[in-house]
Amino acid sequence: MSDNRILETLAGQGISRRAFLKYCATLASLMALPPSAGKAFAEALAKAPRPSVIWLPFQECTGCTESITRSHSPSIEGMIFDMISLDYQETLMAAAGHQAEAALHEAMERNMGKYILIVDGSVPLGLDGAYSCIAGRSNLEMLKEVAQGAAAIVAMGSCAAYGGLPKANPNPTGAVAVSDVIKDKPIVNIPGCPPIPAVITGVLAHYLTFGSLPELDHLGRPKSFYGETIHDRCYRRPFYDQGKFAKTFDDEGARKGWCLFELGCKGPVTYNACASVKWNGGTSWPVESGHGCLGCSEPDFWDAGSFYKALSMPANPLKLAAGAAVAGAVAGIAISVSNKARKGAAKTGHETTTLADLEKHHE
Amino acid sequence: MNELQFLTWVRGTGLDIAVAIFLLGVIWRLVEIYSLGRKKDLAAPRHTPGASGWHTIVRRSVPPPGMFKQSPVTYVGGYVFHIGLALIVFFFAPHIKLIEGLLGISWPGLPSQIIDLVTVVTLAAMVVVLVDRIKKPVKRFLSTFEDWFTWAVTFLPVLTGWLAVQHLLLPYTTMLALHILSVEVLLVVLPFTKLFHAFTVFGSRWYNGAVNGHKGVPV
Amino acid sequence: MTATLEKGVRVLKEVIDAPIASYFNSCVHCGLCAEACLFYTETGDPKYTPIHKLEPLRRVYEQEYTLLGRLAKLVGLAKPVTDAELHEWQELVYNSCTLCGRCSVVCPVGNDIVYMVRKLREGMSASGNAPDGIKGAASRTITIGSPMGVKLPAVKAQMKHVEEDHDIPIPLDVEGAEYMVMLSSMEIINFPEYLAAIAKIMRQAGKTWTLCSTAFEATNAGMQIGNSDLARVIVTRIVDGAERLKVKTVISPECGHAYTALRWEGANLVGRPFTFQVKHIIEVLGEFQEQGLLKTEGMETDRLTFHDPCQLARRGGVIQQQRSLMKQIAQDFVEMPDAGFMNWCCGGGGGASAIEEGEELRLEAFKKKKAQLDAVKPDRLVTACANCRIVLEEGLEHYQMDIPVVGLTETIAEHIPDPVNSEGA
Repeated sequence: MSDNRILETLAGQGISRRAFLKYCATLASLMALPPSAGKAFAEALAKAPRPSVIWLPFQECTGCTESITRSHSPSIEGMIFDMISLDYQETLMAAAGHQAEAALHEAMERNMGKYILIVDGSVPLGLDGAYSCIAGRSNLEMLKEVAQGAAAIVAMGSCAAYGGLPKANPNPTGAVAVSDVIKDKPIVNIPGCPPIPAVITGVLAHYLTFGSLPELDHLGRPKSFYGETIHDRCYRRPFYDQGKFAKTFDDEGARKGWCLFELGCKGPVTYNACASVKWNGGTSWPVESGHGCLGCSEPDFWDAGSFYKALSMPANPLKLAAGAAVAGAVAGIAISVSNKARKGAAKTGHETTTLADLEKHHE
Repeated sequence: MNELQFLTWVRGTGLDIAVAIFLLGVIWRLVEIYSLGRKKDLAAPRHTPGASGWHTIVRRSVPPPGMFKQSPVTYVGGYVFHIGLALIVFFFAPHIKLIEGLLGISWPGLPSQIIDLVTVVTLAAMVVVLVDRIKKPVKRFLSTFEDWFTWAVTFLPVLTGWLAVQHLLLPYTTMLALHILSVEVLLVVLPFTKLFHAFTVFGSRWYNGAVNGHKGVPV
Repeated sequence: MTATLEKGVRVLKEVIDAPIASYFNSCVHCGLCAEACLFYTETGDPKYTPIHKLEPLRRVYEQEYTLLGRLAKLVGLAKPVTDAELHEWQELVYNSCTLCGRCSVVCPVGNDIVYMVRKLREGMSASGNAPDGIKGAASRTITIGSPMGVKLPAVKAQMKHVEEDHDIPIPLDVEGAEYMVMLSSMEIINFPEYLAAIAKIMRQAGKTWTLCSTAFEATNAGMQIGNSDLARVIVTRIVDGAERLKVKTVISPECGHAYTALRWEGANLVGRPFTFQVKHIIEVLGEFQEQGLLKTEGMETDRLTFHDPCQLARRGGVIQQQRSLMKQIAQDFVEMPDAGFMNWCCGGGGGASAIEEGEELRLEAFKKKKAQLDAVKPDRLVTACANCRIVLEEGLEHYQMDIPVVGLTETIAEHIPDPVNSEGA
């Protein structure tokens, strides 16, 4: 299987060369690469042997897998599975139990140092990793073992990239991101809950074509997809600038499609490509459907205050205020009592000045 | 700590701490100052219309006769940046939202273009009063570290707020977080520096008006 | 018992109150008070900025009455006030401050700066850092009875002169008189026409009045030096005299600070409200004018202007009366720029004129008055304060300006017809 060329496989599925070229061009433009890169993609993908991919699911909800696989119509993103040789993916593979484990080890051995490791889900460190085990081994142990032979790691989704929901306060399992465990391999973070499928395809295409990961930002995200905020690309942005805000989800402003900032939209602080790539084959995206951005591709978005609180609002209720006011009053009263005593002592100690007292004593 | 965590901290824990120190400081300092009390004035009062503490609280907002041309920069600069600050703080929609979140009261804001203009003008006025402080011998003579420090602490929230809205210099998230942080610094230092005049100005004007009003002099 | 730093600081601790605390916390170092102070405007030296003159008081306040200041003092971060520093500040607190109160009316945050200078002087005097000139005046007032050393016989001699020259009785120690008239020693020695003027005005108005043998001197060097204990001794004489004679009203003479000492500080010094009223002579004249008891003949044709004594106008609330009095007797009455409430000090109030070493500065500051006068070029300058009068005369002489200075009361009295020609005589 793994020797099959991509184009042949695609042809077998009824996807024309033309459609493939168009897809490569689109991908290149999404990644802000020059048009020539589209051609390079196509050529490289057409020739490249399908690389072995091992996909490890840890503390996750399968949402990331769903995002990529559950397209209503056979989408171009689905082609990802034709570009690669997916040798281990628990959710999708037919094998189970010992058979599955055997497949994993076989793939690792056969492609040692060359395979791509995709991880979705966070890694629990609590109780020696006992919160999440596969085949009796903790995710931590498994990650360390499989990462050793990987050429690169893709941390898919916010959990793998940043710890995600499992890491949300109070983080009972001690969940961490892949990058918190593995320090010696190139890691690309593709955050999102779930991430945009085209981003995954883009990253893999880039890797297959250029043999390297795309340019990453300081959070390990491909700059081409995470370079701008949702807010900057949002079609509702003009309403923000005009100060036109929906106040509730069913008011006139909401019906007119005004800005959702006051309803808690996190678009201004969320770096992702939703506003330009959209979802479900470009059908729509959260803000277009009338709901503010949750900021799901940002680290710890779950703990960044309510989804429905405007960004300018306090993230949490102020707990210290009342106590501080009381403490202030106590401090004030204490010092004023002391001041009164001081002033009283000064008054008591007053020596009536006579004319003689106007002169200093000269030795 | 990444940007969103930074922002979340300043919006959450940071704000909580800053507001707490602010409240603690304001109440403590107000009690500390005004509990010193004053002696009853035993001289027979002279009653003159307009001579009272309350009148002076209002009247002292206007330059006394002849003073404007003595120091126009102080007056114009002072008016512009004080009024500007008030407009920005109380009439920028996200700020109103914050006040509503904290106190439950709200009012209509001004369009963001107007706030933007006011902000630029306020920043300019603050730079002018700073230059004036550097150049005028009296102001330079009176100035201590606190004067430069409080200027910066007042200037930074306006500057970072403007930069954040304009998407300049740093990513919005970081700039917004810096903006909120700078406001928190302002809240923390306000009760313990000359910025406390924001509260005591009313007491001071009142005392001056009352002491002189007792003599029938509308000051 | 001698003056010590410790005593000075203790007195400051006594007088620091909520207004002072509020004022120091409100100051934003805007420097506008400097623009209101003639010692700054005429010299351009920033050290004369009014709020700066209060630096020692501010530090005592912070170190004694604020929690942070006390902590700073505890760990040695606060700079304590020293005797040498207070001595250095003498020039700022006395020589270059006439308690004119202009700074207090311009401060945008409302600080009553002169209120604080007055209180700082308490500590300055108790620590022995008051200027010798005012100390001498205070000493003479306490021991002899007047700052210029005038005793009762000198007053009696003046009374006799006036009685002879004007054929008018000068009552002394008349119990139950409506008015008890006070004098300043300046008037006793330099301006005897004041006493004659009072006699004529009272006779025309048909009012009973008296001088008091135990309290004829109104000036209060104790207040100028800033010492309430001494000021109290002086004020008490007047209170005792007024109560002994059971007068209704005590008239403060043409002297600014005497008015402040008696009218506004007096009751607070003795610790109880007065049983009599205190009025400045200009207030009394204003009342007579309103009641039709002041009838004058003829008008001054000279170009006249009026110098408002600070303690009478800005610090005392008497501003309109002198103007309507001037209009009654002057055809060509002109106002100087800033006249009235915002008038500039003569430069010698608040005891400053008694400080010899402050003369050069005083004359420098007089340039402000010169500019005001140059703007209207009067033939004569009228005022209602004997101290202003002396300081103005000195300044005018120094700048070789030929403008006579006269008192308002005597100028009015000149227009009061003789009783022979007048109906109600």
